[in-house]
Amino acid sequence: MKNENANCFIKKQYKQTIKRKVFLISALILLLIGIIGFASTIGVIDFTIKEVYYVILNHFFPNSFEVNATAEKVVWGIRLPRICLGILAGIGLGIAGAVMQGILRNPLASPYTLGVSSGAGFGAAVAITLGAGFVGGEYLIIGNAFLGALMSSAFILILSSKKGTTPESMLLAGIALMYLFSASVALLQYFASDEAAKEVTFWLIGSLSYANWEKVISTAIVVTITTPFIMWKARDLNIIIAGDDTAKSLGLEVMRIRVVLMVLASLVTASIVCFTGTIGFIGLVAPHMTRMFIGGDNRFVFPVSALLGGVLLSVADMIAITVMKPIIIPIGIVTAFMGVPLFLYLIIRRKRDYW
Amino acid sequence: MKLVVQGLRFDYTSSPVLEDIDMELDPGEIVGVIGPNGAGKSTLIKCVDRILHPEGDMKLNGVDMKKMNRMELAKCMGYVPQSPDITFPSTVLDTVLMGRRPHSSWHFTEKDIDKALEALEMMGVSNFAFRDYNEISGGQKQRVIIARAIAQETGILLLDEPTSNLDIKHQISLMDVLDMLVKNLNISVIMTIHDLNIAARYSQRLLLMSNGRIVAAGNPLSVLNTENIRKYYGVEALVKEENDIPYIIPLKAV
Repeated sequence: MKNENANCFIKKQYKQTIKRKVFLISALILLLIGIIGFASTIGVIDFTIKEVYYVILNHFFPNSFEVNATAEKVVWGIRLPRICLGILAGIGLGIAGAVMQGILRNPLASPYTLGVSSGAGFGAAVAITLGAGFVGGEYLIIGNAFLGALMSSAFILILSSKKGTTPESMLLAGIALMYLFSASVALLQYFASDEAAKEVTFWLIGSLSYANWEKVISTAIVVTITTPFIMWKARDLNIIIAGDDTAKSLGLEVMRIRVVLMVLASLVTASIVCFTGTIGFIGLVAPHMTRMFIGGDNRFVFPVSALLGGVLLSVADMIAITVMKPIIIPIGIVTAFMGVPLFLYLIIRRKRDYW
Repeated sequence: MKLVVQGLRFDYTSSPVLEDIDMELDPGEIVGVIGPNGAGKSTLIKCVDRILHPEGDMKLNGVDMKKMNRMELAKCMGYVPQSPDITFPSTVLDTVLMGRRPHSSWHFTEKDIDKALEALEMMGVSNFAFRDYNEISGGQKQRVIIARAIAQETGILLLDEPTSNLDIKHQISLMDVLDMLVKNLNISVIMTIHDLNIAARYSQRLLLMSNGRIVAAGNPLSVLNTENIRKYYGVEALVKEENDIPYIIPLKAV
């Protein structure tokens, strides 16, 4: 009887923790909706939140709201694509970081440390300095960056298929790759014209300045298609984290799951960095923050890390716009300045209890 | 469940780690795998669970195990490794719930949670249900991962050194739980074990391994004699007997 009561209590507590996590996810979604409205008011011209929401709502319910023509132009044409791309980039990097850390069972894994972002940087640098690429015209840089990112992930995946490769050696290979690409970019910059070198630097820092609806939709499509599949494999990744032998004995095809998730995470990263440049730290910090709040169940870590990534990146963007107004500093600089102390703080103050 | 292994061979490189392994496991029996370090005991367990891919025939209730997919096998066999660490935070309850993966894919049902709680209770770790697995002691971790295998509800349990991190009281209570599972649920157990006295007391049969081969097999009295202990462990020992169960008093290394 006593044990039955104890089990009932544990069950009740377990269900409550699940409810709290679902509540956190809902709260983060609402926060992001709020951020979209608030961030749209910030810029050279100030608008009220009411004006901003009227513009947004008018696009969903035409001719239902009285819209200020300037607000329509600035908010819908310039600010919203930037904000949406920022949120989508945060969501994508947040989930890709969580997936990569899980696959490699290493808290240091992220699109950055696995060389995926620097691969994209190298691709972009080749396009900018040499004008060489696989696709031409306005897609030259984007196409090269995308291919560069995929090249890095392909290398990591080929390595992972070799017998005896451990998650640790995959991470070390990623770090080596990151240095290789950094050196190659530096070489390209050294011989490039001043203007091209500056453009490469600007691209490497990461920026949302070139956002438009086309880029938002492309990124949204990739994120929307890949996320359900990543989520579907979340519980399996929980088990892989407990070790390959355990995962195999529990019925999982470990290598297949690892490869599929790595491809999806790389695809998400590539589709973001090719439009925004290499925005660091979100993919590293968001999963860490998430695990410190809610523990390690990836069924909740993935959505929370994604949404937290979106929040962090949109907050960073607001800082980038306002801190030296009217100059907008590249968002990559802000995420690094925000990310480093946040990361150190999280490491020092490791929470012992999880939800 | 009946397991039959014939002509099992496994190598990592060219030299075999396991060779000429023939063994059987009947429903409701505990088989202890003993032998000095490096004899191939853990490798044998991993080969039986097909975590590694050996050559040879392995049949489960007459079905060729090579034709079974991993998930089918996971419903028949549970594996308990030597207390592994988990890189990221995972509560004790979540760790035990992993064992339900062969029965449910994404969402945990009421039955999954009930089975996990039963297993936690059986192993005496219910009190830690919401503690982080990485922050409990080695012995507690060992009991948690055994609870995970119990929650898996399989006919065969493969345990790699299940008592290695436990104090004497917990060694006995763990073995009593395994004994109870074997008797009440007709589960079969193969366990690698270094403690010869525990192995002798709880196993119906022992397999003594050396250099990747089974060098002696049979009931504990026939396997654990002074010659075998001297020859394969390099230890001079006294072997006493009580109620047909041998117990060993090691004297000196040879």
